[in-house]
Amino acid sequence: MRYLPHTDEDISAMLKVVGVGSLEELFSTVPEDCRKKEPLNLPEPLTEWELDRHMASVATNMATMPEYKVFVGAGSYEHFVPSSVLSLLGRSEFLTSYTPYQPEVSQGTLQGIFEYQTLICRLLGMEVANASMYDGASALAEGVLMAARITKRKKVAISRLIHPLYREVVKTYLWPTGYEVVELPFLENGRTDLSALDGVTELAAIAIQSPNFFGCIEDLAALRKKASGQGAMSIVSFTEALAYGLLRNPGSYEADIVCGEGQSLGIPQSFGGPSLGIFASRMKYVRNMPGRLVGKTVDQAGRRGFVLTLATREQHIRRERATSNICTNQGLCALGAAMYMASLGKNGIRELAKLNYDKAQYLKGRLEETGFKIRFEDPTFNEFVVELPNTFEHTYKRLLDQKIVAGLPLAFYYPELDNCYLMGVTETKTKEDIDTLVKGIGS
Amino acid sequence: MKETLGTTGLVMNEPLLWEKGGKGRCGFSMPRRDVESFPINGGLVGPVPDFPELSEVDVVRHYTRLSQWNYGVDTGMYPLGSCTMKYNPKVNEKYASLPGFAGAHPLLPPSMVQGALKLMYDLERFLAEITGMDATTLQPAAGAQGELTGTMLIYGFLRSKGEHRSKFLIPDTAHGTNPASVSLCDFRPIPVKSNKDGILSPEAIAEVMDEDVAGILVTNPNTLGLFEENIRGISEIVHGKGGLVYCDGANMNAVMGIVEMGKIGVDVMHVNLHKTFSTPHGGGGPGSGPVCVKKHLEPFLPVPRVIQEEGSYHLSSDYPHSIGRVHGFYGNFGVMVKAYSYILSMGPADLKKASQLAVLNANYIKEGLKNVFTLPYDRPCMHECVFSDKKQNVHKIATVDMAKRLIDCGFHPPTIYFPLVVHGAIMVEPTETESKETLDEFIETCKSIAHEAREDPELLHEAPKNAKVRRLDEVTAARQPCLID
Repeated sequence: MRYLPHTDEDISAMLKVVGVGSLEELFSTVPEDCRKKEPLNLPEPLTEWELDRHMASVATNMATMPEYKVFVGAGSYEHFVPSSVLSLLGRSEFLTSYTPYQPEVSQGTLQGIFEYQTLICRLLGMEVANASMYDGASALAEGVLMAARITKRKKVAISRLIHPLYREVVKTYLWPTGYEVVELPFLENGRTDLSALDGVTELAAIAIQSPNFFGCIEDLAALRKKASGQGAMSIVSFTEALAYGLLRNPGSYEADIVCGEGQSLGIPQSFGGPSLGIFASRMKYVRNMPGRLVGKTVDQAGRRGFVLTLATREQHIRRERATSNICTNQGLCALGAAMYMASLGKNGIRELAKLNYDKAQYLKGRLEETGFKIRFEDPTFNEFVVELPNTFEHTYKRLLDQKIVAGLPLAFYYPELDNCYLMGVTETKTKEDIDTLVKGIGS
Repeated sequence: MKETLGTTGLVMNEPLLWEKGGKGRCGFSMPRRDVESFPINGGLVGPVPDFPELSEVDVVRHYTRLSQWNYGVDTGMYPLGSCTMKYNPKVNEKYASLPGFAGAHPLLPPSMVQGALKLMYDLERFLAEITGMDATTLQPAAGAQGELTGTMLIYGFLRSKGEHRSKFLIPDTAHGTNPASVSLCDFRPIPVKSNKDGILSPEAIAEVMDEDVAGILVTNPNTLGLFEENIRGISEIVHGKGGLVYCDGANMNAVMGIVEMGKIGVDVMHVNLHKTFSTPHGGGGPGSGPVCVKKHLEPFLPVPRVIQEEGSYHLSSDYPHSIGRVHGFYGNFGVMVKAYSYILSMGPADLKKASQLAVLNANYIKEGLKNVFTLPYDRPCMHECVFSDKKQNVHKIATVDMAKRLIDCGFHPPTIYFPLVVHGAIMVEPTETESKETLDEFIETCKSIAHEAREDPELLHEAPKNAKVRRLDEVTAARQPCLID
């Protein structure tokens, strides 16, 4: 096996040094009744060339671009990723290193993450961002736990327009804590109904997503007002980070915790993971934040350098009183997101975000012209909900055969939204693709 | 003295991203605008994020220079204990980036993602076979999330029987994440001391085990690199009082094809694909921490689960006892592709051989260094061995000094000051992918450092000198945190 360097001579010589007669004898401390008797029942090994063919055949059974036109976002977005980013991420000094516990030989990762933290704060208008969480869903769950820690309250309000799968993860994380979750309904315009909170007290946090699951841009000023009036923390979640290349950021609305998904920032969709949990907050809360933080410092010679810092919040120091149990996170994805943001720069990010908005607006307009109803009137970014005739289910299947995925049916997640579809459009779709979709839906 | 592996070489200084560049530059090929610009309510629009302005070349040089300040497995031996820094095969990276995998949307109808579902279905079974358990979830994104998931399975199992237990046993040789993970499930960690041999004794468990203890979280092999020989007896005691046994499988690399965890009383365990199954650690993730369980815990596994019906694969959430989801989608799928590829490349015999050679390498290091450093537990070890710096302390040299000196000599330091039960711990896990020559060189280097500790301690106090930076001021970093520019 090419990954195992030992020759038979090496093994004999080493066994002799260790003082045992065979490889089996190395396991003398494993009691007989703990041993596995039979060989592992696994497929026989494949050569690299056999494996190439096998993997290619497995990967073929998948609907992906450019063959398929997928008009679905819903937490996973098809964006162009520059080859330069993918190539840089493949550098083995980044890829094959561990968590930067030895800073002198990890300055590449450390400066890279420091830059990531800074870029995220600039994108979201926040004061501090951590080195990443697993994904947008667990970032939200950790945000809710953090708010409960800070306020010492045990009730949280969560909008129904937060990604349904994120809400499920929050529910799982909160289950053993016994915390109460108040679900906020949505209004006819496609925004969260904050008035449902009238009379509700003792809230640790109010969490909403913007743009929300229906693609609509939430009223973050109203969230702030409602939360501060209650002494609750405001949490803003998001699934489409690129939106903040165009929209006013949550920080400008004084959000306390901003947590969401960064997959849009140059990370392949990869069937939902690995992606990037973004987590940002205010400096006054930094000691209650989960996750790793990189800080700037100097070395003995007075030169700039970077280290992991404020570790007293973390599991390996604070043990059971840690702010989270997270250790390994999504470091390489965070680095990739920084490379992507650096490549776009201030000139690119606004233009790309606006292009996403415009393409979605174009599709919206075309669907309206064709006579379909845009279900919610509030402004959107690159996703929106359209209501289609109840015969559309057949059309949807026919379009699948034509390699077009015409949105995500919403009835599964929101039974009251029968015949409603969440459409997502990014820069990867041409005008022609969009026209073909509209023609297909209308026929 | 013979020349060390580590030497000096030219690396470049590189400023922060926003300290370079020029007005108007962009490193991104902007997609063609083929639709008109639509109006947007001005109140919704924010200022343009203050990002740098860089060309593609600026970005490429920046990150290439940064990468050269890092040490990776591809650079050299990376013997971090409990981290299993084995070689990360190149071919695995290629498969994870196949367009069919990298470009797949997670919410498409199952008929359109059969390849991904098949891969997950098979990988679940491979891992169940390797651990000797009955069922697997691939959802947890890292080892610590696996621990949380596994602990929650126990919580769910006990709740389903109407039981509410408040304590969880955590041995002193546990991983750092363990106490934090059980406390997220509202369990109070109860520390258990290991015995003079560095392992748990059944008596110690019997003393603290009662009907308010939900279970034990035992790392096996433990963080001293020792096999918990009494595991069966311990499991019987825990089961006898209605508790469950969770095995932290971070150290599974020692026992693939050798120990059948399902047979020794383990009810639930996680494995780390980014350790045992060769996927790269990426400087801090992404990892993947699948959880394997015995039959009685299967109904509680996270949803959705991959099922096979009439030759095709589906996702099912029809498990009323499930603890729910722990990931927004299905976990770190891209990492699963690499582990799947690794298992198929190795096959059953070489997976077992990998464990044997990992254990051989660790024992070879132990023999080579046991007279150089203090060896607190002089017994046959598994995949790693732990030394103490006591012998060097008399020369006012501590573990950290030797670790930093190793950097100058061209090696990544081992894990240091962990596990906490060993004074000034030096925890060495060579892994099976290091050759005898490399181990010999490592041993020789450690010997010469021990010699320097006696003869020239200043050299160690001043180390490292060959890295991009010298020792960093961590105290100021924590007292006056500067976390963004």
